[in-house]
Amino acid sequence: MRDFSYLRATSVDAAREAAALPGAMLLAGGTTLIDLAKCGVTEPDTLVDITHLTGLDRIEVNERGATIGALARMGHVADHADIKSRFPAVSEALWQAASAQIRNMATMGGNLMQRTRCPYFRDPSNFPACNKRQPGSGCSAIGGVTRGHAVLGTSEACIAMYPGDLAVALVAFDAVVHLGERRVSVDDFFLLPGTTPDREHAIELGEMITAIEIPGTAAARRSTYLKIRDRQSYEFAAASAAVGIEFEADGRTIRDLRVALGGVATKPWRARAVEDALKGKVLEPETVRAASLLAVEGAVDHGANHYKIELAPRVVARAILKLGETA
Amino acid sequence: MTLELSLNQQPAHARQGSSIGQPLTRRDGFLKVTGAARYAADNHPPGMLHAVLAVSSITRGRVASLDIEAAKAHAGVVEVMTPRNRPALAADPDAKDHPFMFRLDLLQNDQVRYPNQTIAVVIAETLEAATEGAALLSPRYEALPARVGLDDAESFVPRGVGVGGPAVQHKGDIEAGLKSARTRIEATYETPAQYHNAMEPHAIVAAWDGDRLSIDTPSQGLAMAQGRIAGLFGIAPQNIHIRSPFLGGGFGSKGMISGPQVLGILAARLVGRPVKLVLRREQMYGPVGHRAPTRQTLRMGMDGEGRLTAIHHHAKTASSTFDDFFEPAADASHTLYASPAITTSHEAVRLDTGTPLFMRAPGEATGSIALESAIDEAAHACGMDPLEFRLRNHAEVEPMTGKPFSSKALRECYSQAAKAFGWASRPLQPRLMRDADGFLTGWGMGTATFPAIMFQAEARAVLKADGSGLMETGAQDMGQGAWTAFAQIAADGLGLDIEQVDFRAGSSDLPNAGIAGGSGHTATAGMAIHNAGAAVIARLADLATGNEASPLFGAGNEGVLARGGRLYRRDDESRSESYAEILARAGLTEIEGHGKGAPDPASQETYAKHAHGAVFAEVKVDPDFGQIRVTRLVGAFAAGRVINPRLVRSQYYGGMIWGVSFALHEEAITDRRSGRIQNANLAEYHVPVNADVPSVEALLVHEDDPYVNALGIKGVGEIGITGTAGAVANAVWHATGVRPRRFPIRIEDLLV
Ligand SMILES: Cc1cc2nc3c(=O)[nH]c(=O)nc-3n(C[C@H](O)[C@H](O)[C@H](O)COP(=O)(O)OP(=O)(O)OC[C@H]3O[C@@H](n4cnc5c(N)ncnc54)[C@H](O)[C@@H]3O)c2cc1C
Ligand code: SF4
Repeated sequence: MRDFSYLRATSVDAAREAAALPGAMLLAGGTTLIDLAKCGVTEPDTLVDITHLTGLDRIEVNERGATIGALARMGHVADHADIKSRFPAVSEALWQAASAQIRNMATMGGNLMQRTRCPYFRDPSNFPACNKRQPGSGCSAIGGVTRGHAVLGTSEACIAMYPGDLAVALVAFDAVVHLGERRVSVDDFFLLPGTTPDREHAIELGEMITAIEIPGTAAARRSTYLKIRDRQSYEFAAASAAVGIEFEADGRTIRDLRVALGGVATKPWRARAVEDALKGKVLEPETVRAASLLAVEGAVDHGANHYKIELAPRVVARAILKLGETA
Repeated sequence: MTLELSLNQQPAHARQGSSIGQPLTRRDGFLKVTGAARYAADNHPPGMLHAVLAVSSITRGRVASLDIEAAKAHAGVVEVMTPRNRPALAADPDAKDHPFMFRLDLLQNDQVRYPNQTIAVVIAETLEAATEGAALLSPRYEALPARVGLDDAESFVPRGVGVGGPAVQHKGDIEAGLKSARTRIEATYETPAQYHNAMEPHAIVAAWDGDRLSIDTPSQGLAMAQGRIAGLFGIAPQNIHIRSPFLGGGFGSKGMISGPQVLGILAARLVGRPVKLVLRREQMYGPVGHRAPTRQTLRMGMDGEGRLTAIHHHAKTASSTFDDFFEPAADASHTLYASPAITTSHEAVRLDTGTPLFMRAPGEATGSIALESAIDEAAHACGMDPLEFRLRNHAEVEPMTGKPFSSKALRECYSQAAKAFGWASRPLQPRLMRDADGFLTGWGMGTATFPAIMFQAEARAVLKADGSGLMETGAQDMGQGAWTAFAQIAADGLGLDIEQVDFRAGSSDLPNAGIAGGSGHTATAGMAIHNAGAAVIARLADLATGNEASPLFGAGNEGVLARGGRLYRRDDESRSESYAEILARAGLTEIEGHGKGAPDPASQETYAKHAHGAVFAEVKVDPDFGQIRVTRLVGAFAAGRVINPRLVRSQYYGGMIWGVSFALHEEAITDRRSGRIQNANLAEYHVPVNADVPSVEALLVHEDDPYVNALGIKGVGEIGITGTAGAVANAVWHATGVRPRRFPIRIEDLLV
């Protein structure tokens, strides 16, 4: 194993400064970082441990919304009473992610920064070609094992799926990432692969996630996260949907709708076409099913992942209809 | 999970004493939950170095170069072992003296025959230095195209399958049977390559002292490992001491000593210091065995009453390019269902993989999922309930051989499990049951069976002056609870309370206990223990009944019985004497007895010996998503004498969960271009998690078998996986109307 130095940050500024040095990386729960270091994907020279910083694990919820510190553990946020009542989709996305052990270690900031599970990306010694790891080297996945790859937002350079759950719920509710003073919407925080799949986040050198802010809305309050997978637990999504809904006073007409998809796209995928098609409509199964098909407009499969195109709209429709039932 | 235990299931065997049949908890449980149990890799002899394998990233070809200089230049690296400097061996690792000698990759040349084959070993002061050293080797290769699919190479009929059985077997005229049938089915099923994935990776700590070798390594067969290593290094087996007190699972992959384990020994020899070598998880996908993929076709014919007129079970499978192990999948059709005509046949290809090996019911599990699926299809084609169909075709004698069964309580298994499950209310047609949440609900069943196998084992018993006992045999506890069950047999064999017996196992300097495999360990080593105990008691009885001063004088050996540390007169239990008294009078500090366990050749000829069971499964399938959840499993098993119902249930639970795993989860996914496995880790090679098995029930069906062995023990380790895998598949069909044709069954298979 390569030697690296370990540094315990004493303040956010110190952490940012240290992380700006070449070869340095922030270390939070380590559940992604250590894993990738073992695979040989990341080779940090310096680890800047931020887990001892104080005040970054706060969870504040009020009428305007929630502000969650970057170091709050996934497990804590999932179990937080106000998150559960005002942002059920966020809590549900969290507790259906990974395993109890990982959720107790992993942080919210680290979660946003988790990397794709593309097996070719994770295996540099056997598959040197990966545009995400090594720009311009090619993509080993195309033509290979693609059951877990994206069908939306792909490019010729990369078809890697964004595997996380939390960010799917966040993008549905217009959450904002705090990079110290700078604010970036979650939707803008995650980048499409395009010709630069190596650049995944709108985060600059020397920046650090300090908090996540989720505006409080009626749609967030009536929300859910539906995750479909072959195994009941400890598996990434085959397809998932974060959905929030607000009805008009009649309790049937959709005033506000939020739909985002996970497990199928190269980034947390907001399905605005579905939202637009249903806003102002009365919630009816047929209408919902038809509109849900818009979620996969423009989807491109690579063989084994074709089923995701069938599956995703059904997941969206079910999630919307389920929320409607609780009216 | 149902955990209630009814006490002693087998009161009829009280004559054996008080230990057998008791639901004792594991003797090693406390050590394990407190972390005090010392596994192989926990050993750190003074001066120990760490070895790390460098493994091939290509699938086939040769290693053109290695940057040994770079690795050696790394701080802490002591040596790099390659074909150039690997210590000489006394035997060719590619030699195959007998079918159970598997060829090993021990750096004999620069050839690469499968991915993750060892191409060098880096030895260093620390694990970190060795790991980095291995990375610095930056191998260059000359690669050849990989052959990894069942259609990628020319197929042939192997000379033998499994442990050497004929690849093709016939009984009756299969074509005539099919022709005469009123109803016929033909169906093909595919099963994937699977990897054992024991929690504990293969690990070894090896230390040489001259030509004496001391090893800590997990082994399912200590004496076999000792013999193999002795042959490779040209030293006497007695010079090799292997300690294997605990195994973190084996599942067959620790039955034979593997290449990487021998490389650890070679590394220690090369550097002249103790060496530890532990495989990384992904390195377990290649050199330590796996279950080969299969493609199985079943043809069946049935008469107007639903009686089978023909079963043809054909299996295509694969071995490596350099060795022979052929998953005997079709042989599953030899034992379960009566038919005037049965043909089983195999063909195989050679692929660029490590050599497949015994894994969790090798052949039985693979064949069972196809056979039980086909039986389900056949029942449906005849318009019959699957249980009724199985009863209609119940085999009164072993179908392939015509031998009577030594015992067979399968009917009781069917009826008890069906009743507990509530099978009677099952609609015949699929896709008719929905639960309150709208999930498609399906019920399926499968018959379980596994042969009652015995190997050879020895044990040594000692009775000490204080009346306590010692029992020794080099048995292996893989986590199944062997230590506890054997101690129970030992206590009864010696007529002592279990606390009075010091039971020792897990070390190669003890008598050879054979192999913990084939579900035959309890029967084999158990019989050796039983006989060793009996030998000691016989000597003790001689001493007492032959001595005028004893209250047992003149009773004769048959006239006494041993219980709780005393010998009693059978006809007058008021006359007794303690073991200690008998030894003291005879002026002995201890007496010793030896016992053997082995199959009885005479009854072997006469009887077909198998354990049986019936498994019922309930699944719920989301109609939109094809997401399958097993909600209930009920199994009933008859496997002869139950030594410890708690442990036996636990074995059945484990087996049944592996059955779920086979049907729904396990699969090594290979990149067809490179031949590399893309999910060689436990995040992506799926086995069920707790949430996948919410309710498992195992019923123990009473069965006396006077022929298998004196203790009446069959085996319980592997039977649970058979039957269950098919039951789950059949339940999926019953829920959805979609017949699973490839395993594991995935969401996309049910998206309609
Ligand atoms: C087997 C397995 C299964 C999993 N399954 C799921 C799943 O089903 N769903 C799911 O959503 N996730 C899943 N995960 C991913 C898991 O949620 C992430 O690993 C975890 O959230 C990462 O958090 P961490 O604190 O451990 O991050 P770390 O590993 O410490 O860091 C991850 C990355 O983020 C960077 N980083 C950390 N904190 C900050 C910060 N404040 N600002 C800027 N950069 C930062 C680090 O430098 C590093 O690059 C799984 C992980 C594993 C190993
Ligand atoms: S899909 Fe993306 S991450 Fe995967 S190999 Fe291709 S470029 Fe790399």
